[in-house]
Amino acid sequence: MTTTETTPKPATRRPRKKNASVLFDVPGPRARRRNHLLTVVFSLVFLGVLALLIWKLNQKHQLDGKLWKPYTNADVWQNYVWHGLWNTLKATIVAAILALVFGVVFGIGRMSDHRWIRLPAGAVVEFFRAIPVLIMMFFALAGPPIIADAFGRVISPLSGFEAVVAGLTLYNGSVLAEIIRAGINSVPRGQAEAGYSIGLRKSGVMLRILVPQGITAMMPAIVSQLVVLLKDSALGYIIAYEDLLNSGFYQVKSNYGNLIPAAIVVTAVYVAMNMALGYFANWLERRSRRSGKSAARSLGTGTGAPPAVGVGSL
Amino acid sequence: MNLHQLLDFAPVFDHLGQILSGFWTTVRLSAATAVFALIIGTAVAGMRVSPIPVLRAAGTLYVNIFRNTPLTLILLFCGLGLRDTLGLWTNADASLSGYWLSVLGLSVYTAAFICESLRAGINTVPLGQAEAARSIGLTFNQSLRLVVLPQAFRSVIAPLGSVLIAMIKNTSVALVAGSVEAAAVMKQMFDDVGGTIPVFLGFAIGYMILTLPTGYFFGWLAKRMAVSR
Repeated sequence: MTTTETTPKPATRRPRKKNASVLFDVPGPRARRRNHLLTVVFSLVFLGVLALLIWKLNQKHQLDGKLWKPYTNADVWQNYVWHGLWNTLKATIVAAILALVFGVVFGIGRMSDHRWIRLPAGAVVEFFRAIPVLIMMFFALAGPPIIADAFGRVISPLSGFEAVVAGLTLYNGSVLAEIIRAGINSVPRGQAEAGYSIGLRKSGVMLRILVPQGITAMMPAIVSQLVVLLKDSALGYIIAYEDLLNSGFYQVKSNYGNLIPAAIVVTAVYVAMNMALGYFANWLERRSRRSGKSAARSLGTGTGAPPAVGVGSL
Repeated sequence: MNLHQLLDFAPVFDHLGQILSGFWTTVRLSAATAVFALIIGTAVAGMRVSPIPVLRAAGTLYVNIFRNTPLTLILLFCGLGLRDTLGLWTNADASLSGYWLSVLGLSVYTAAFICESLRAGINTVPLGQAEAARSIGLTFNQSLRLVVLPQAFRSVIAPLGSVLIAMIKNTSVALVAGSVEAAAVMKQMFDDVGGTIPVFLGFAIGYMILTLPTGYFFGWLAKRMAVSR
């Protein structure tokens, strides 16, 4: 008789009930009745708030049909909304590419074995992460001619577009540097050691082992950061760059006096773009958690930028 | 090359009073926003994890709208929309109405992020903890109060710190709603004395004095309160 080794089945846990949550038990009959009652009560409360809002807006003539009239005109879409959207996307895409380059350079620089590369790279990253994007944009706009003047040169000031891109690049590049560093660090140490043991050099370990696996882990976080970049491009309004907020909301509102419709249209465009990017990030995260190609754990999409100096570890 | 002109710190010290009053407004905005954003954020987080579908849907709607809308748009709407068009807070004097409109805009925006951090914290508590609490006979309230929420709050300290630091930096946008805080003072100084490196550095250091200690404090607190699992 041959003994066939029976591999023990992995212990399967009892499947959870569908609605099991750490906070609540599955409701029984009484709780269900109470929940139904509360559903009705809160529905009425929300409807009441909505009705009050509509009544208030109507009182100020903000809901009149004629305020939507400009949006039946193709020129308004063409000259204001699409014009602004194109400028926003232009600034976002250029800044995203530059920020990625900045992030790769400073993220890898911060992991260097040489102190004279590591420390300055770290200082730059932490400086730009600790100050608001807006004051970088102000300085990008006002600073260069004055600095050039001190060197006896004359240069024209940066355009609004360049200032927006500069501010977005420096801030988001620094955040991406942290994401890239965390992504590379999330690859288990054994991977790098295995690389060295088969005779790869530092650059080979980085390029052939750490980066390919790290990218899978950091992609969701990078795409999440692009949402921040896209939203921050609206700061361009403050420095008079004709972005979606400036052209699609402020100018439309100023020319046609339709504040509420303009706000609704522009908000819808921003929310749609950002939610699409957000879903893409979540999809990437699910995919990278599923795939067995990387030994690194996905950094996740999180709720924002990696922690500031001193706040926890990523 | 004219180093003296490039690194002339005199304008910073000449306008020190103005700069400090700008940062004082930044601090006041941050403090009030932190309080209101925590209250609204906790309420919305409660809605998002509640067993009542209507509340969950409303919470999700709130977070999706305010998290995905640029803060500049929200604050601009507070200034142009709520004050100029709908006539809220118009009777107060200009700087006060600008302050409270900024606090309102910053609070509703930051609350969406606080809600998401809190919800993520609740999700880090393993289901087994709640099941164990029930199985030793704790009631719903006891298991929430003694087991689930203490663990959730501790794991949420570091993310909340990050959100609050981002909020401090975001107060710079409040100038579009009419607050004269540090960024507005800096813009004014750039117009008056020019955008020199010392002026920029002065304001950058001012912001770092606000953000870095906050970061270290929350890092220390998070480490101290960490749940060992």
